[in-house]
Formats: sequence, C-alpha cells, structure tokens
Amino acid sequence: MKELLRLFGAFAKIGAFTFGGGYAMLPMLEKELVEKHGWVTEEDLADYFAIGQCTPGVIAVNTATFVGYKLKRIPGAIFATLGVIFPSMILILILAAFLSNFASFEVVKHAFAGIRVCVCVLIFSSVWKLGKKSLKNWICWVIFGIVFLLAAFSDIATAILVIATGLLGFVITLIRERRKKA
Amino acid sequence: MNFLPTLLRLCGEFFLTGLFAVGGGLATLPFLYEIGAKTGWFTEADVLDMIAVSESTPGPIGVNMATYTGFTVGSLTSWAAGVLDGILATLSLILPSLIIGIVISGFLAKFKDSPLVNGTFSFLRPASTALITAAGLSVAAKVFFPEGFGGLVSFAAFFSILDYKALILAAAVAAAVIFWKKAHPIWLILASAVAGIVFSM
Repeated sequence: MKELLRLFGAFAKIGAFTFGGGYAMLPMLEKELVEKHGWVTEEDLADYFAIGQCTPGVIAVNTATFVGYKLKRIPGAIFATLGVIFPSMILILILAAFLSNFASFEVVKHAFAGIRVCVCVLIFSSVWKLGKKSLKNWICWVIFGIVFLLAAFSDIATAILVIATGLLGFVITLIRERRKKA
Repeated sequence: MNFLPTLLRLCGEFFLTGLFAVGGGLATLPFLYEIGAKTGWFTEADVLDMIAVSESTPGPIGVNMATYTGFTVGSLTSWAAGVLDGILATLSLILPSLIIGIVISGFLAKFKDSPLVNGTFSFLRPASTALITAAGLSVAAKVFFPEGFGGLVSFAAFFSILDYKALILAAAVAAAVIFWKKAHPIWLILASAVAGIVFSM
C-alpha cells in the first residue's frame, strides 16, 4: 500500500507540472521516474511514448498506466493513472466553480508565456538525453531522420508512422533472428 | 433535467471519446465538438475557451474538458452534483486507456525477454525520439515566432518577427539545464512563470 501511495504521489507531482500536453511531461518523467526513483529507464520511456502514439487516450494517462503496471501490476496501474489526472481534475473543478474567466487574466497570460518558453527548452533537453540512449548506430539515425522529416513536413498521422516503423523493425528483427539460427 | 440519465449519457460520451481519440490531446477536439453539437452541453466557443484554460493549467486537454463539462452539466442540479459529475466524466474518459494500457502492459511483461519484441522496440525508440523532436520544434516555432512566418520576406525580416524576450529566457533556462544538472523542472517552470510576469511577456 505504501508503494502504491508513493506511485500516486509521484504521478500527482508529474501531473501538476505537465504544461502543454503529452510530450511536455517527458522532462518531469525523466526527473522523477528515471533519476529520482529509478523505477524505469530512459529506453522504457521511449517505448511507452511509441506505444502511446497508437493506443487510444491521452499519452500522459497511457504512460502512467505502463509505469504503474511495471512496478505494481494492476493496482499500480490504477494508482499511477489516478495520480496523474488528480491535480488537473481538482484545479479544473475549482476554476469551473469560481474562476471561469481565469485564462483571460493578464497575469496568467504572462506567466504562461514564460512557462511555454521553459517547457520548450526542457523538451529539447529531454530529446538530447533520449537521443543518447536511442540513437546507437547508423540505422537508428536513418530511422530518426526519415520519421522526423515525415512528422515535421507531412500530414501523415503519427500513429501510422509508429506502426510502419514497428512493422519494419519486426520484419528486420525476424530476418536477423532466422539468420542467427541458420 | 433528470440527474441520473444525464450523468449516464455524460459518462458514455466521454468513455467513447477516450476509446476512439488516438494520439493525445488535440485528437480529442473533433470528438468534443461533436458532443457539444449533439447534446448542447457546450458551444464551440466554450471548447475554444477550454483550450485557452488547458494551455494555462497543467494536464491534458481531454481530461480538462471532461472535468469542466461534467461540472457545468452537473451544477445545473446542484454544486455537489457538479463535482460528482466532473469526477465521473473524467474517470469515464480515462477508463478505456487504463484498460487497454493494462492489457498491453501484460503483453509486454510476458514477452519482455523475447528478442523479437526487443528488436522491434530498438527500431521504435529512434522513431519516438524523432516524433518528440518534431513536436518540440513546432512548440519552438510558436514560442519564438508568435506572429507566425507570414511576414517573412527577407533575412532581415527574420529578426523583426523573432520574440527577443522569449529568446533571452530560453537562453537562461538552457544555461540552467546545462550548468545545474540537478535542477528540477518544477523550479525552472516556476522561475519562468515569474519571469513571464515580471517582464510581461
């Protein structure tokens, strides 16, 4: 139970400071889960993001479910997931009840202009850490280059990009394994 | 309005959104517009307001929208009903992801030593890194060039549409990340919020 509450707490902290959607939570995930608690690795996070792209629902929720399950199976998945949505749920209830014009306050606008800059830099620092672990040879760089160009300059859905890369990886690995056995 | 049937419909609508919106926050938008049009619970303008609120609060927009709509619909009955509906609508939205996530996790745990699964993921990791890089660049474009690139006709114009305040703050955050390895993102985010207010960005 103590472990479950720690999971809930860690994810509530992550949820409270994830501004701007799924990718923006990566810096928080790295700090809390990889560096502080050592619950998952950098590679695990890359895997979860890839899966999260092609499964339904919010990426933050998917990632919480995966990490929670890895540590404490189904109860872990439930506690981590509830943790990650808890802060925003409480905050929105308060805003909806008392401050429905919250987003139009000047001070809020200025604060969030600052936060957006920060999150942007943090995402690149996370990409750097992730790249060091995931781009190990030239094949990885080629995949990175192609997927990056398609994601940045075409309208192809990210889910399709992930599924196509996954299929390619599956087939190549299958051929490699066959050769090893032969 | 009848409390219970409305609550069931609310949960049903958000459950379906959670089930079919693939690929994160913005993917929920078309579903939200449809719910609004079908039920009259909120207008397109409300969704736009909600995007603004979501950009100014932590948490995914889908989750925020479910909580907000639940509260708004429920509070027509009473304040407590608003809170209850807000919570239940949010739980309905995440329930499909939770179930599917648990099923996939079970599968991964079973095959975690399979060379085939590990090989496949070694290909997916660079793809995942590329997607995050692309997303980061599109955020950067909006942060540093808030006016867009429409006015970009010459090299000199490039500097006139660049947001200098954002650039200086970004340099400061980058320096903090590089030279102060233990910096927790929370402190950097809070400091940047203060900087945004002080320099009225």
